[in-house]
Amino acid sequence: MTLPHPTLTHLRALEAESIHIIREVAAEFENPVMLYSIGKDSAVMLRLAMKAFAPGTLPFPLLHIDTTFKFRDMITFRDEFTRANNLKLLVHTNPDALAAGINPFTHGSAKYTHEMKTVALRQALTAGGYDAAFGGARRDEEKSRAKERIYSFRDEFHQWDPKSQRPELWSLYNGKIRKGQSIRVFPLSNWTELDVWQYIYLENIPIVPLYLAAERPLVQRDGVWIMVDDDRLPLLPGEVPEMKMARFRTLGCYPLSGAVLSNATTLPEVIQEMLEARHSERQGRVIDHDEAGSMEKKKRDGYF
Amino acid sequence: MITADSLDTDIHTYLKRHENKQLLRFVTVGSVDDGKSTLIGRLLYDTRGVYEDQLADARSGPDGQVDLARITDGLQAEREQGITIDVAYRYFTTRTRKFIIADTPGHVQYTRNMATGASTANVAIILIDARLGVLQQSRRHAYIASLLGIPNLVVAINKMDLRGYDQGVYEAIKADFTAFAKRLSFREVRFFPISALQGDNCVTTSPNTPWYDGGTILEYLETVDIDSDRNFDDFRLPVQIVLRPNLDYRGFAGQIASGTVRVGDTVTVLPSGKSSRVTAIDAYEDELPEAFTPQSVTLRLADEIDISRGDILVSGGHQPTVTRQFDASVVWMHEQPLDPAKTYLIKHTTRYVPVSVAAVRSKIDLETLQTVDADTLALNDIGRLTLTAHRPLVVDPYTRNRATGAFIIIDSLTNDTVAAGMIASDDGQGGVEATTGGQPRSGVSHAERHKRLGQTGASVWLTGLPASGKSSIAYALERRLFDLGYLPAVVDADDHGDAALFEHERQLPAAELGATAAASARAGLVTICAFGTRTAADRAAARTAATGRDGRLPTLEVHVATPADVCAQRDTRGLWSREDAAQYEPPASPDLVVDGLDTDEAVAAIIALLRGRGILSR
Repeated sequence: MTLPHPTLTHLRALEAESIHIIREVAAEFENPVMLYSIGKDSAVMLRLAMKAFAPGTLPFPLLHIDTTFKFRDMITFRDEFTRANNLKLLVHTNPDALAAGINPFTHGSAKYTHEMKTVALRQALTAGGYDAAFGGARRDEEKSRAKERIYSFRDEFHQWDPKSQRPELWSLYNGKIRKGQSIRVFPLSNWTELDVWQYIYLENIPIVPLYLAAERPLVQRDGVWIMVDDDRLPLLPGEVPEMKMARFRTLGCYPLSGAVLSNATTLPEVIQEMLEARHSERQGRVIDHDEAGSMEKKKRDGYF
Repeated sequence: MITADSLDTDIHTYLKRHENKQLLRFVTVGSVDDGKSTLIGRLLYDTRGVYEDQLADARSGPDGQVDLARITDGLQAEREQGITIDVAYRYFTTRTRKFIIADTPGHVQYTRNMATGASTANVAIILIDARLGVLQQSRRHAYIASLLGIPNLVVAINKMDLRGYDQGVYEAIKADFTAFAKRLSFREVRFFPISALQGDNCVTTSPNTPWYDGGTILEYLETVDIDSDRNFDDFRLPVQIVLRPNLDYRGFAGQIASGTVRVGDTVTVLPSGKSSRVTAIDAYEDELPEAFTPQSVTLRLADEIDISRGDILVSGGHQPTVTRQFDASVVWMHEQPLDPAKTYLIKHTTRYVPVSVAAVRSKIDLETLQTVDADTLALNDIGRLTLTAHRPLVVDPYTRNRATGAFIIIDSLTNDTVAAGMIASDDGQGGVEATTGGQPRSGVSHAERHKRLGQTGASVWLTGLPASGKSSIAYALERRLFDLGYLPAVVDADDHGDAALFEHERQLPAAELGATAAASARAGLVTICAFGTRTAADRAAARTAATGRDGRLPTLEVHVATPADVCAQRDTRGLWSREDAAQYEPPASPDLVVDGLDTDEAVAAIIALLRGRGILSR
């Protein structure tokens, strides 16, 4: 007669797996950095990292790629949260693109995203000499992510080759790289959107208020509700911002993030709406709609 | 029965339920056309694991019908090639469990991908096309799943709709597979008659199979016991990182690979062997009284002993082995084959250690699932190696502990992961011999023998007319080889009774003589055979036997082409007759033709041949 074995719930099992990954990278790489996008996935990843090294502090800095078009609430949240938790934050903006005035309105979302996100990220990673960069991507987000490894190898130009990734068995991650190469690490690979929300709820993790519904000034373009977050959004003739109860499923650059009309002002309500919606969260992102397989192309270029 | 975890209660009840779900990982395997993608699509679709816009991509045709197989479509490059080339992970949830599917392709690089997907799985699902029955590939997949230590096997007999839901078809396949699976080490094997396309017995019970009452695949996945999959008896904590945030705190952080630990327990640090008492188990803001696998925790100990990354904290009845040499089953995953002369790096738990290959012991012929001799391992080969680590490792047999029994092999030049390994137990169980029914096998490889003897075991068959000089050449060759420092042996017809009888009555036991030669060649000897194999059929039988079970023992045919009239003159034993000479069939394509008139010349020519073939290497 044996006693029943204690078991972990799936969330605690995922948590343990993620902490293991984060510690492995911190132990094996010389100069890691954690990409911090201020979104809900980043919030969970950051919490897991804080758990991994408690009672100590994070042995690596956070890096935020600021496109200058992030929601103002995101920047406020970022600065307050990192200050309150004594986290080392690095912020980088592509100086060339900034000087050239690259913006999503006149240059289009593809060009803007490439310059302000992909190129900016490459600049920051090269300048910092980072050999490992944590990202909050999940495999359930998008088809091309389903095959992504937890350790994703990049060449000297930060490019991803889907055909030359290393097999990953058990929880034995091969952290050996040559000088100049780097890895992207995805500790949340096996989490789903619901898991992320549930964990935020259970752990009471602070998130940007934009995730919860509130009265917001919106205009509708091509069926997508865009928030008029500042006066840089050029209004089309006859376009008048309307105040509507709305929230965001994903946060990024405000001109490229679609709002969903919603009355969900609490986390359980948000989760309830998510379960009822049955629409993929990336649908609200304008960049994925550019062309089929666009995420895969961006990844090859060095986008997360 | 509601299986999809729909929002049928208030959100708080729903969240509570979701919070307490268990996690089950499974791997799906099968060949291209047996409906694997359709089954996964079916599970995701029926449990609402697919979002509406992802589903839109899978709607094909004018009627907007969902093509289930397209739900799991992968990368664009693969779509263009029309094949899946890698492992993809999918997620869905039901009311009781959350599931992670490792979806592995059925053909190109199947072994590598399957091993990857199988390494963490609780359950393997193997699809069998009801129209085709149990294929060799199904056996191969089941074998790999068993080798990787997956405890539970689901055999989904698919496309039952195309066989009219015939119970006989199901029972026949089940019986066939059951007979085979007896040789494997699954805790449980379950069979399901399904149609992934029509949905029979996948998520909902089918009205088309009234003769079947074993439930659906999803019911099984929701209820199968996975608690026993982990080792709760032997505490193992591979130290990942030592946390020293201040002078008063020193914690050893890692994920508990197996077992449980309590405050107050005495733990031993391996490989150093020092012991101490656990004073605290930290998990973020909490201090825990006990912790268990697979939690990630930080332990504090009573004594200031030297512990660093790569050490393992252990306790419990069964002690791990601290060793530098061990046997392991290895799945080779790289285009570049194993180079036994090279030093590789392995990652075992949290430690990298250089290793040398002490011996390539065998590999599995994936067609027959039999153990065969091997000198190396190539992509998708599964073999058995003896490895020598340059520093001691703390290991458990893989069958006892997946976490401390597993390792990966890394090419230290390219940094590529080239293989996955599973440590065999001391009694040799749990290795590649699993399917040979426990027959003891040679533990000495060709390569080892070659290294010691400077020669590779082989047979040299001399053939020619009676009295052509075969025996003279055979013994002269033996003497010459021995003088050169090699180990030759002559298998003589006299060992098998009256040679004259064989030659006259043509009752040459070719297969028997061939087997004798094979035994000698396998032992590493250069084996010289000089029988009067007159006919092509005799020689074929002898050759088949001499090349051994795996057909890999080198067998060279030397035609001693002495003219018939010379043979007739030489014949002193009365063996020769013109009639025999007329019936002799000269070999069609001998490796060498020598003249029996000059024995020394013939011997020199044969030795040159043996050197040229790499059999003699001094």
